[in-house]
Amino acid sequence: MSSEGGHSWARAFRYTFVRDLRLRIRHGSEWGSPLIFFALIVTLFPLATTPDRTVLVTFAPGILWVAALLAVLLSLDALFREDHDDGTLEQMLLSPVPAWLLVLAKMCAHWVMAGLPLALMSPMLGLMLALPSSVFWVTALSLALGSATLILIGAIGAALTVGVRRGGLLLALMVLPLYIPVLIFGAGVVRLALDGIDVTPYLAILGAMFAAALALSPWASAAALRLAHSG
Amino acid sequence: MWQWIHKWASPKHFYRVSTRVAPWLWGLALILLTVGALWGLAFAPADYQQHDSFRIIYVHVPSAMLAESCFALMAVCAVVFLVWKIKLADIVAKVAAPFGASMTFAALFSGAVWGIPTWGTWWVWDARLTSMLILLFLYFGIIALRYAFAREHSGGRAAAVLSLVGVVNLPIIKYSVEWWNTLHQTASFSLTKAPSMPESMWVPLLLMMLGAYALFGAVVLSRTRNEILRREHRARWVRALITDTCDKEH
Repeated sequence: MSSEGGHSWARAFRYTFVRDLRLRIRHGSEWGSPLIFFALIVTLFPLATTPDRTVLVTFAPGILWVAALLAVLLSLDALFREDHDDGTLEQMLLSPVPAWLLVLAKMCAHWVMAGLPLALMSPMLGLMLALPSSVFWVTALSLALGSATLILIGAIGAALTVGVRRGGLLLALMVLPLYIPVLIFGAGVVRLALDGIDVTPYLAILGAMFAAALALSPWASAAALRLAHSG
Repeated sequence: MWQWIHKWASPKHFYRVSTRVAPWLWGLALILLTVGALWGLAFAPADYQQHDSFRIIYVHVPSAMLAESCFALMAVCAVVFLVWKIKLADIVAKVAAPFGASMTFAALFSGAVWGIPTWGTWWVWDARLTSMLILLFLYFGIIALRYAFAREHSGGRAAAVLSLVGVVNLPIIKYSVEWWNTLHQTASFSLTKAPSMPESMWVPLLLMMLGAYALFGAVVLSRTRNEILRREHRARWVRALITDTCDKEH
């Protein structure tokens, strides 16, 4: 029984993951917008402050991270909204497979479409912010790991506000305070790398936050979705 | 045991009992705060380094403690409400939130005022200060989330989940002065060792802290009673209560 149960769990996870990916890819503007937003925000900073490369490089870790954080925040609405509106989410909650597993699958798909691309884009934007190419890898790694944590934390907020009309600003209000520790250590990784200091302690803390969020968030998000649905 | 809990969880019983308790709590808060404030502000000796500016401690420490305790209370209420679906817990969590937010603001504000004579600046991006600021934003988020729902019950449950998530901030605030090298000093009081201040300084502080907790209890209790009346205004016992009061007045 248990092996059969495990087998169906894996299948449900894979199915939800592939389904979400497929839906996202077909809605090009939905996953494209946060990425363009990311690039736009990064563009605003040199224009508003200074194009001086020596000054810009000191701000670059912060600018990249704040812009990525806002892009993730903007993308969160897509996580549950559509499935909530057309009733798919309700079916997921009713299914015999535990809801946290399906929620986790949705989060993974979301990371592939909204978190990972931010990390992949970061070298290009880093170039515009005068970051030396030696820190590109670390920047991308910190953003890949950090964006996963941001999505996990944000999913709780997205689940809580899924039933609220115009929940966007409310979501920002709830989630941004919780994002601050990730931001501190994420941007800290890049800054340490810029100064030529060993980044592993900060990366380890970032990883620890990811692990904690991974353990708690799918469960909390599923509970929040249940609350939203039971009225 | 369960019967006892259920009796206490009933708004009606709670209202009856709290009618007797509330005035005592208000009186206790008034006495403790008056004595503590007079003693601390007028009679305690001035600090040899900070002179009179150290007296801000008598406002700063109690409000900061309340800010954290209030969040802890909300988290406990959240568990009770989510697990056992006791409505009274949701009412307490609801009325405690604005009080906690104002205490957090008071702590930040008094800290900023204190920062000028001691640190020479209103604000530094210190771990303790930043984590308190996050606490203030968490309070705002919880309050805003509660009122975003049309149905009171849904708003209460959403706010409960967010308060539980926000609890991670409490240990960060507590240990921020130990984990990082901060400008903010470490705890002035602890249960395990003698205070580092002379008696004439810490006794009024202790009074202020106890008074602050009494005030916290009194405010939450009174506001809970109001909220019970508001939510249960259709219940028979509330109507009877209102007609009784009206009869007495006329």
